[in-house]
Amino acid sequence: MEKPENEMTNQRRDFLKNAALGVAAAACGSAVCSCGKKEEKESGEKVVLLSPDGELVTIDSSHLRQVHKTVGVSREEARHGIPGRKFVMVIDLARCKNARKCVSACQKMHHLPEEKEWLQVRLMKDSPEAPPYWFPKTCFHCDNPPCVKVCPVDATFKRQDGLVLIDTERCIGCKFCMAACPYSTRVFNWSEPEQSAEVACLTYSPETSVPSKVGTVEKCDFCPDMARQGELPDCVTACPNGVFYFGDENEDVVTNGDETVRFSDIIKDRGGYRFAEELGTEPRVWYLPPKDRLFPVERGLEGLPDDIRNRYKDVLGE
Amino acid sequence: MMKISAAGNQVLKTFAPQMERTTLREKAWIAFLLCVIGVGIYALYLQITVGHTVTGMRDNVVWGIYIANFIFFIGISYAGAVISGFLHLLKIEWRKPIIRIAELITVIATIIGPLFILLCVGRLDRLHHLVLYARLQSPITWDVLAISTYLAGGVIFLYLASIKDFAIYRDSTDLHLSKWKRRVFKFLALNYHDTPSQERGIHVSMNLMALMIIPLAVIVHSVLSWIFGMTLRPGWHSTIFGPYFVLAAIYSGTGVLIIALYIFRLRYKLEAFILDKHFTYLGYIMLVLAAGYGYFTFSEYLTDWYGSEKWTGQLLKKLFSWNEYGGLFLFTNIAGIILPIFVVAVPALRKPKYLAMVSALMVLAMWVKRYLIVVPTLETPLLPIEDIRPEYIKYSITWVEWALTFSGIALFLLLFTIASKFMTLIPVSEISEMAEENIQTKES
Repeated sequence: MEKPENEMTNQRRDFLKNAALGVAAAACGSAVCSCGKKEEKESGEKVVLLSPDGELVTIDSSHLRQVHKTVGVSREEARHGIPGRKFVMVIDLARCKNARKCVSACQKMHHLPEEKEWLQVRLMKDSPEAPPYWFPKTCFHCDNPPCVKVCPVDATFKRQDGLVLIDTERCIGCKFCMAACPYSTRVFNWSEPEQSAEVACLTYSPETSVPSKVGTVEKCDFCPDMARQGELPDCVTACPNGVFYFGDENEDVVTNGDETVRFSDIIKDRGGYRFAEELGTEPRVWYLPPKDRLFPVERGLEGLPDDIRNRYKDVLGE
Repeated sequence: MMKISAAGNQVLKTFAPQMERTTLREKAWIAFLLCVIGVGIYALYLQITVGHTVTGMRDNVVWGIYIANFIFFIGISYAGAVISGFLHLLKIEWRKPIIRIAELITVIATIIGPLFILLCVGRLDRLHHLVLYARLQSPITWDVLAISTYLAGGVIFLYLASIKDFAIYRDSTDLHLSKWKRRVFKFLALNYHDTPSQERGIHVSMNLMALMIIPLAVIVHSVLSWIFGMTLRPGWHSTIFGPYFVLAAIYSGTGVLIIALYIFRLRYKLEAFILDKHFTYLGYIMLVLAAGYGYFTFSEYLTDWYGSEKWTGQLLKKLFSWNEYGGLFLFTNIAGIILPIFVVAVPALRKPKYLAMVSALMVLAMWVKRYLIVVPTLETPLLPIEDIRPEYIKYSITWVEWALTFSGIALFLLLFTIASKFMTLIPVSEISEMAEENIQTKES
């Protein structure tokens, strides 16, 4: 029984060694970085850190990097998807009050500037008589995706786990996918994206969608890098009202972080539907109708900055 | 030595000064065109270095004036492909003086059209991906295949029709060419000496090419229309888009041909070869195409309007309302359909001058129509735009886009000017083969 334990420790040691290498790589990041961003000067402020080998090391604080926790996957794996999964999202419109925490969490996670929203909260009003409601909109990761069909270079692709992702290192920026998507999901980098030197130096993967690249298309990716670590996308965990349920259709389970429910049950009991079903795109995002709402719609307008409030002028009839 | 008739000799004489030397006036003209293109190159430099943010395109209107220009130029290329292809197959004698101009329009417009689609591409450094990772499912791949084949076909057609002429230029003692030009012609003439077998070879391959270029042209504009037709967008997702685009292309091509004939007739005093009847006959073709185009337009918008689907309704509201695109939409229908029919139908107006004028209006209307197909639809997404940035709500053309558009037109004219230095705009060989009574030579 002793041997396995030894193996375990060895494995653990290897892991720590690798982690140390990671820290070292991050520390010399600005020097190694080939993407030509400005080099950072030493701040002179020293920080003492405990290395994974148990030694105390002193480094300059300017070399500290908050490394995005990712599981490195090969480009092939990133195109193939996570085996056995079939990701699905359920958005409960009865709970949304336009707190916009999902939007800011998504932007933080993907290092997006404020005006770039992969996740949008729309104010919907289906007809003049119908009551308005808040409508968070991610990429629908359609099973019959119009965007993937039209891509001339296979830069946007559908994975086995249901996700539609973009390889921005292959994208030629023809924007055909943007014209083809009926849901205005995709955004284009019209100029050199605003991102810090560190972010620009991160290793790109279609699973993280970071860093952004000029002249290419990007969108909500359902955070597959988080899923690989068994964690929920940031929009799900950031929502104070548990609007987003994320899960696996194969396991028939979705969770919003607080409660875990059967996917088929919640769709059945709450009258779940998919947006614009008649288009035949087969979205992987389901909506629960805004019945018995937790908040009146006006609550979503409270404390909104003017530039965001003004977006809804047409719907509110102001 | 190639045999030339008296009329052929007259053509050669008319264009000889043009091919022998470049006058100061021509140099000034070329310099002017180069200036326009220079501004365009600067605009392109900005677009590449700063990014597409210098254009009016944004996340909703992802394509703008460039793609309208693309459809427009490929459209006018049909002048040679279809008009001269059809007339060739039907062995219509009067086509002979005008085919060179028509085929030049085809080749030059087909070179310029695709340049405009490249301007829509965000990463020109990755163009090779179109070949490396080509996906046959994408209408863009269909376009790449169709347009490159079409361009090759157009060049071969023009070249086949010019070999006899190159041989004539090579042998002519009346033509005082510089040594290098004569050497170029010697090379291009491929040792053609009018032997019966050579003559037959050209004849057969011309017939074949004429036969091939017509279906190719139909494919090109159908495939092009399917870039729009294959999406789930109001005003685009239409089954008649293929034939609608093909007809519009032939129609605008005929218009450009009439304008070009009128300008060249004035410039080179070609009244002996380009006769009033050429304008009349092309006018008749234009009338038939205008009627067909009008029918397609009516059918398309009536169906959309009658069904009153919500999403389509939003688009039509913009196209029909004065504050939005109503004025332009009305202009495209009046100048693009009704006026050309009227001018051709009334005998008193069926004169080269009026036909050229109405063609110019029609060609402009056709360009506006392409704009109206592209932009209003993109401004009307399924989910209403909730944005307060004005440039994200409404597309407006920036100076960069205008500069590159005018550069495209300047490049068209420049390539035409250069071509006129290397060939007579009326084919000498064809004129020589024509019966005398079809030409109004100065002697008669």
